[in-house]
Amino acid sequence: MTDGSDPSTNAGSRPENRRIEYVRERANWMRRRLLRMIVDAGQGHPGGDLSATDILAALYFDILRIDPANPRSPDRDRFVMSKGHCTGALYSALAGAGFFPEAELDTYLKPESRLNGHPNRTYLPGVETNTGPLGHGLPVAVGIAVAAQIDGADHHVFALTGDGELQEGSMWEAAMFAGHRGLGNLTVIVDRNRLQQGAGTENTNALEPLADKWRAFGWRVEGVDGHDPAALLAAFDAARAPRETPLCLIADTHKGQGVSFMRDQAGWHHGVPNAEQYAQAIRELEEEMAR
Amino acid sequence: MSAPAPATGLFDCRDAYVRAVEELAAADPRIVAVVNDSVGSSKLGKFRDRFPDRLINVGIAEQNMVGVGAGLANGGKIPFVSGASCFLTARAMEQIKADCAYSFANVKLCGISSGVAYGELGATHHSIEDIAWLRAIDRLAVIVPADPWETAEAIKAAAAYDGPVYVRISRMPVPELARERTRFAIGHGETLREGGDIAIVANGTLVHRALAAADALAAEGVAARVVNMASIAPLDTELLAEAAKTGAIVTAEEGLARGGLGGAVAEWCAENAPVRMRMLGFPGFLPTGSAAWLMDRFGLSADGIATAARELLGLRAG
Repeated sequence: MTDGSDPSTNAGSRPENRRIEYVRERANWMRRRLLRMIVDAGQGHPGGDLSATDILAALYFDILRIDPANPRSPDRDRFVMSKGHCTGALYSALAGAGFFPEAELDTYLKPESRLNGHPNRTYLPGVETNTGPLGHGLPVAVGIAVAAQIDGADHHVFALTGDGELQEGSMWEAAMFAGHRGLGNLTVIVDRNRLQQGAGTENTNALEPLADKWRAFGWRVEGVDGHDPAALLAAFDAARAPRETPLCLIADTHKGQGVSFMRDQAGWHHGVPNAEQYAQAIRELEEEMAR
Repeated sequence: MSAPAPATGLFDCRDAYVRAVEELAAADPRIVAVVNDSVGSSKLGKFRDRFPDRLINVGIAEQNMVGVGAGLANGGKIPFVSGASCFLTARAMEQIKADCAYSFANVKLCGISSGVAYGELGATHHSIEDIAWLRAIDRLAVIVPADPWETAEAIKAAAAYDGPVYVRISRMPVPELARERTRFAIGHGETLREGGDIAIVANGTLVHRALAAADALAAEGVAARVVNMASIAPLDTELLAEAAKTGAIVTAEEGLARGGLGGAVAEWCAENAPVRMRMLGFPGFLPTGSAAWLMDRFGLSADGIATAARELLGLRAG
């Protein structure tokens, strides 16, 4: 497997078994790449990056109808990264999809880099809106979906939120309005890894019953294994079917997924692996790919 | 535009605002309005009747209103996001910063009933901090029109500009200013009256009061220059440089002077053209009272401006 980007294969036109395998390969590449970025930069959010990796891989390497050569094409699908701190995952996906050269990932968090700690649309192609403070992405995604609804456009709007992020009131303002407008062109994925910065979500400010909350706001709700490419592709394919309500996919995920010592550990929300830990992480990921 | 005779009487600038937005919407399908249950106070009822699909009412939810505005801009629309300026600016400040300015989204923020329009309702409903807050945000154009003509021009200029703009719209009745109506451009103010003894730099509802103050001063032999600084960000520093040549500047605004227009003028003059200054504005949380009473009480009247000018020049009342 190469480390290079391969935009020509960024489409959902390959045979089903190959689609799944391809997403799995790209997710594995993203994990290795983003860990290297974090080690090189000396900071980052590996826990949440690894939690979101398979979701982003399925979107950017199969589902999204996007053209990296024309990143502001009006009829593109939109992906809004509401959990804007997980740039290790986002930037590796954008580079892998061909929005900018993969080599630029080496500049992550360095002075004057376009790859700062939170995404910036004004200088990085493929970013839809500047996020970072939590609670911002979903309202913007709702606005994009309203514009498409007014125009009768058929592109789809996907937004990824953290679960801890759902403690922000603005998320529920947006959720309420999306339900009211019946935004069938909007799909929100909740990265439900059950951990926020310092502790479990349920010990901090409980989100459960989470599905009931979304349903009460007028959304269709489904669960999905957030680390199973086959399940994610099936859920995203189904998300495009005509409907008259917004869809919330609650993705069952694990912070630090793919690296044994990071998995489900709140302490890896921030954090940088040392040389030994990094070597072990890469070894585990290579073994996973060989299976 | 050439200079037709100004209409006489007093006008609510919201009427000019909605006429301009409707006119733009009739010509350009990208124009939409976004409100926080403020169709009435924004006077957008007729817009809603004419363009029902293009009036997006998010309910009482200002953070979502501004975020949705940024999303609509991403989707190719030109959204006029309108709400009472006290709530639009304070409640949605981070959305204005991150989603509009930092993202450089093509969102037009319209602060309605600004300043002390809601005088009797108290400091929660006064919007006197908005300019100080928004002036601190990079890349956000901040416009304070003075009369109906300038309000309509500012709205048209905002629509034509590809980037985030805040237009502060008053509901306090003001006269139409007699002036050469050449054009309005973001980043430019205008000198309404020449004068070499002192300059009065005002905007919004204070401009016609500044002109009246200059009349009173002229009767006493003081030639006061009057500058309408409608564009606070970017600030028209060429006009300021001319004003500073008088050696004395009084600023006047319907808001906090510290951090507002007064602050902007003082910052620029301190570094570039130090002059004696008086900054007229509100001092902080205000007592209850009508808008007109509050303006008079805190010296934001023709008399108050003229008095400040005399004091600055060391003159006795005429």
